[in-house]
Amino acid sequence: MSLKRNILDLRRRKKEAQQGGGEAAIGKQVAMGKKTARERIKAILDDNSFHEYDLFVEHTGKDFDMEKKVLHGDGVIIGTGTMFNQPVCIYAQDFTVAGGSLGLMHARKITKIMDHALKMRVPIIGINDSGGARIQEGVNSLAGYGEIFYRNTEASGVIPQLSVILGPCAGGAVYSPALTDFVFVVENISKMFITGPSVIKTVLGEEISMEELGGALVHSEITGNAHFYALSEDECFEQIKKLISYIPWNNTQKALRFPTQAPTFPVSIEDIVPSDPHYPYDIRDIIKAIADSSDFFEIMELFARNMVIGFGRIAGNTVGFVANQPMYLAGVLDCDSSDKAARFIRYCDAFNIPIVTLEDMPGYLPGVDQEHAGVIRHGAKLLYAYSEATVPKVTVIIRKAYGGGYIAMNSRHLGADFVYAWPTAEIAVMGPEGAANIVFRKEIDEAENPAEMRKLKIQEYKDKFANPFVAASKGYIDEVIEPLETRARLIHSLEISENKVDKRPAKKHGIPPF
Amino acid sequence: MEENKPKYEVFVVNTAQYYTLHTKKYGMRKKWQAADPNEIRSFIPGTILEVFVTAGQEVAAGENLIKYEAMKMQTILEMPFTGIVKEVLVAVGDKVRKDQLMILLEELAE
Repeated sequence: MSLKRNILDLRRRKKEAQQGGGEAAIGKQVAMGKKTARERIKAILDDNSFHEYDLFVEHTGKDFDMEKKVLHGDGVIIGTGTMFNQPVCIYAQDFTVAGGSLGLMHARKITKIMDHALKMRVPIIGINDSGGARIQEGVNSLAGYGEIFYRNTEASGVIPQLSVILGPCAGGAVYSPALTDFVFVVENISKMFITGPSVIKTVLGEEISMEELGGALVHSEITGNAHFYALSEDECFEQIKKLISYIPWNNTQKALRFPTQAPTFPVSIEDIVPSDPHYPYDIRDIIKAIADSSDFFEIMELFARNMVIGFGRIAGNTVGFVANQPMYLAGVLDCDSSDKAARFIRYCDAFNIPIVTLEDMPGYLPGVDQEHAGVIRHGAKLLYAYSEATVPKVTVIIRKAYGGGYIAMNSRHLGADFVYAWPTAEIAVMGPEGAANIVFRKEIDEAENPAEMRKLKIQEYKDKFANPFVAASKGYIDEVIEPLETRARLIHSLEISENKVDKRPAKKHGIPPF
Repeated sequence: MEENKPKYEVFVVNTAQYYTLHTKKYGMRKKWQAADPNEIRSFIPGTILEVFVTAGQEVAAGENLIKYEAMKMQTILEMPFTGIVKEVLVAVGDKVRKDQLMILLEELAE
């Protein structure tokens, strides 16, 4: 009999704690168009797979009358569950409890589940919805953040770390997501910034809304802090599931293998690229013409659109695509696009995902703003990432591969395993126009009709050098292939590379230019 | 596919012209201008605490021009060269943005 009473008491306690901030607070959360922390966890995990821990943890605040307050679970829910029937760790800040503010025990719960994820070598998903540090707990809050950052860094490159921003994430709190692999944001719900609009107004007199300062679109399009942009929480959860399907559970495993599916893209790969290298096309069409089921899962779609990155599958295996996008800024390399690609390459390398590079770029973006923004050190990230990567690396040069960009885009010289070029490829130190101006300056200047002579010389340069055959004659290109052969070549190259071993000198770590 | 063809812009890289789309961030970039030594600008956002000079005044190099507070620190800007204050564009209590023009100078001919 007494056992039954204990069980009933436990149920009552659980039910109360699971209420979080109570009905009124939940009502407010819903009114903001947001789901509750518990609903979010359930939506991400496999049905009925969630197991919670630390439900009865209480805060330790003693100042400012905090000792009289009950904060259920101290504003965060932690637990384990499964996705695709494989284990994951998850935590969700509960905005209904003291605004999801981070106190010492709140942080302890998060670090507990992070430690667990790292020990068990499973992915960790963090759902952020918090007003920030719990001011009443003072430096204890700061300690909590620091301990989270430390673990983010420790786990980086060992287990996948996903951050889902479903509410405010301000001040120091932003740095945990920034340290993780992928950040998901949702329109009108996610807000990330170091100093908020009110501080900016007080100090600067500048008025800006939260959305304009650090909303989902800003971080997807301008800052590059976010990787996935969704219009609703449900869309965001679908993105999380899709991403998880492409990546391995930890750095000693390979991604889930799926059955091989032929591409279904309706346009032939031969009909996508305009023959005139000055005209654009959507490089994603090429990826779709190559990838299984023509399925391409793009990452950072809106940021640095001149570079496309994302996951697809080739013969059932996940590959990371890195491709110049002639549709935007002619596909030039610049600070942002180098940064974007470099980090993705390092992700793929850390998690045993082969990299397929599609190249069509005219060089680096010229301009004072680029030079002063540090295009040298940002550009160097790309060289570093490709050179450092020891996963299988295959390059297909579609059209333009000029100058420093040719080297940077996973050239043979940076350790590519296979380099293919389409017959439309132009591999040269620079574009024919620029090169002719320099090489034939004298002839052009001295000609009776310089414009005519210039045209002639551009053509001459084009015929001689703007093709794949010079590079092929040196062995820098392994083979010039027909576009229709591309997929088969990639499948074969990746098969051959399956057991690739690329041993590098032992070191503590390199010093990449970041 | 061709119905909603986007409007491409001309984009020049190494004298070659490419047809392409611009990105939002590319459109937001600012044109670079050389700094004008006659312009005293704020290098950090802050509040003006004191203005030591008035328009028309001759000021020797190293003399105080403006004191302003930013991030709880007080900073005094000094006259970079001997010259005349042409215009003072801020007053005590003003909040200045980063890079806001505060004083216009004119160098005295030797």
